[in-house]
Amino acid sequence: MSTSTSATSAAAAKSPGPVGVGDRLRLWWNQLSRPAQWGVGLPIILLIAAMPVIRPPLLTTPDTDFGAVMAQFGMYALLAIGLNVVVGSAGLLDLGYVGFYAVGAYTVGLLTSPDSPWNKTGADGFLSDKWAWLAVLPVAVAVTAISGLILGSPTLRLRGDYLAIVTLGFGEIVRLLADNLENTTGGGQGLSGIAYPRVGVTEANPFGIFSIGNTAEPFNSGLWWFWLSIVLIIVVLMFVGNLERSRVGRAWVAIREDEDAAEIMGVPTFKFKLWAFVIGASIGGLSGALYAGQVQFVVPTNFNVINSVLFLCAVVLGGQGNKLGVILGAFIIVYLPNRFLGIGDYKYLIFGLALMIMMVFRPQGLIPVRQKLLAYGRKIWQAAGRRSREEQS
Amino acid sequence: MPLLEITDMVVGYGRIEALHGISLTVEAGELVTLIGANGAGKTTTMRAVSGIRPLTRGTIKFDGQDITKMKAHLRVLEGIVQAPEGRGVFPGMTVQENLDMGCYTRKFATKAEYQATLDHVFELFPRLAERRSQVGGTMSGGEQQMVAIGRALMARPKLLLLDEPSMGLAPMIIQQIFRIVSEINAEGTTILLVEQNAQQALSRSHRAYILETGEVIKTGGGKELLADPSVKEAYLGVA
Repeated sequence: MSTSTSATSAAAAKSPGPVGVGDRLRLWWNQLSRPAQWGVGLPIILLIAAMPVIRPPLLTTPDTDFGAVMAQFGMYALLAIGLNVVVGSAGLLDLGYVGFYAVGAYTVGLLTSPDSPWNKTGADGFLSDKWAWLAVLPVAVAVTAISGLILGSPTLRLRGDYLAIVTLGFGEIVRLLADNLENTTGGGQGLSGIAYPRVGVTEANPFGIFSIGNTAEPFNSGLWWFWLSIVLIIVVLMFVGNLERSRVGRAWVAIREDEDAAEIMGVPTFKFKLWAFVIGASIGGLSGALYAGQVQFVVPTNFNVINSVLFLCAVVLGGQGNKLGVILGAFIIVYLPNRFLGIGDYKYLIFGLALMIMMVFRPQGLIPVRQKLLAYGRKIWQAAGRRSREEQS
Repeated sequence: MPLLEITDMVVGYGRIEALHGISLTVEAGELVTLIGANGAGKTTTMRAVSGIRPLTRGTIKFDGQDITKMKAHLRVLEGIVQAPEGRGVFPGMTVQENLDMGCYTRKFATKAEYQATLDHVFELFPRLAERRSQVGGTMSGGEQQMVAIGRALMARPKLLLLDEPSMGLAPMIIQQIFRIVSEINAEGTTILLVEQNAQQALSRSHRAYILETGEVIKTGGGKELLADPSVKEAYLGVA
């Protein structure tokens, strides 16, 4: 027994097997120091930020404005990062994530739209036009966090499929509320004239650079919203990254892998599941607030439950648990239907098929989490396979 | 005063009662075994003691304190640590990370103390030292069992709950695991062991309880029960 296993490990040590490009990149990245990582990362981020200005001929979207597409990508990236905390890190299947997106968007809408009875802007409100959006941004995040707490405290006692069904219901409830509370949310008419950051007001741009009326090429409103979302994504990534490296992150991994074992190891599982839920929700709310500001208009149909599935698609496609992966997933989800307008109508079909194909051939996603460990596992399997072949011959 | 004192414990799953009021005690330093066939309620007893299953009736006292209503993760702080049935190793974590999860709640005061405990675990299970960076999910059943016990030891338990450590393992590995269980007990850790492997378990334990369909039907010293004709017939396959 002991001799055979030591032979296996020796074989594994001798031939490390082929190391993929992804593994090598990751190894190289991990051995860089913090400042060096920033040194490499910052130019890449700047290059991505400059994409809508450069508009590379093949990459750009010919039929829709590239800036607006990238702005949408920014919001979806935030959503994917938030959903990844819930699904990827803590392993809680949330099918109603669009509900939090809606709560964030509607909070901004209700507080700043002239159509809303709770409008705090204008002549008799206390929010100035200039700063209204920025002022309600933290309110939107807080309200979404509270809604996450309210949904999470009773439902997180459920597990797996049951949790998925309850959250699916939540997403639908939020949309139905928005659709039916006509006196406050405007019902199917929605809320228009929502506040946005009013900066850069000039003669040519009487409403500022973030206004939907700013159609100057290439520095249109979409580009400015994209840049704003990049800043927010970096802030959120640093926050979530620090959490994942902390005790909280380890607790999430333990819960994801085996909830009972985690509890037996002394991890207060309910508390940490609730934390994941609340943090995920508030990031979703942040994205919703961005959305409300960008289009200055919210209607219930934008928050259909099918969107939740699309967000989940981004997370699973990109690689759940990997923050970079889910951002790539969000890009695919937003970019492809806009680049090839013909597929727009079939996007659910295409992404559904893509999900199924991924589940069969690459269940860990395009950029999986912790390739290092999986690589190690592969080595073990390769060594084991070699040994069994030797025994046969 | 016993370290663990269970009185008249009733535990059910929905409307089905799995334990109909069992009472048992474990003294500090003892190795006590629960023996019984499938469905006798052994694992349910373990889950109730570690706090994963709520009690319908009865009380559990630990170290003189009533812990009947205490949450599972808080019981770990008190010193009740379980190596669960089916091993419960975190499949995506390495051996080292699994062991570190053991001291998640019961943190070490000093780095030296952590190192000493870790060294001790590696001393008991040298195989784990060789495999510290291997992922839990890719290990063999015996190795996973070692990880589960080692991880529980990292929490420095006052009472170690071992749920069927021999389940699904090769006879040689079972021998090895039982030897180590005795060793851990000899070092002063109180152990409550659940087993189907009556021969091994009884010969090594101070006392034992025999469970049958949710009730304690017999109790006594380990060696004593091993010689009992009815136990021999029912659990050792000797007529």
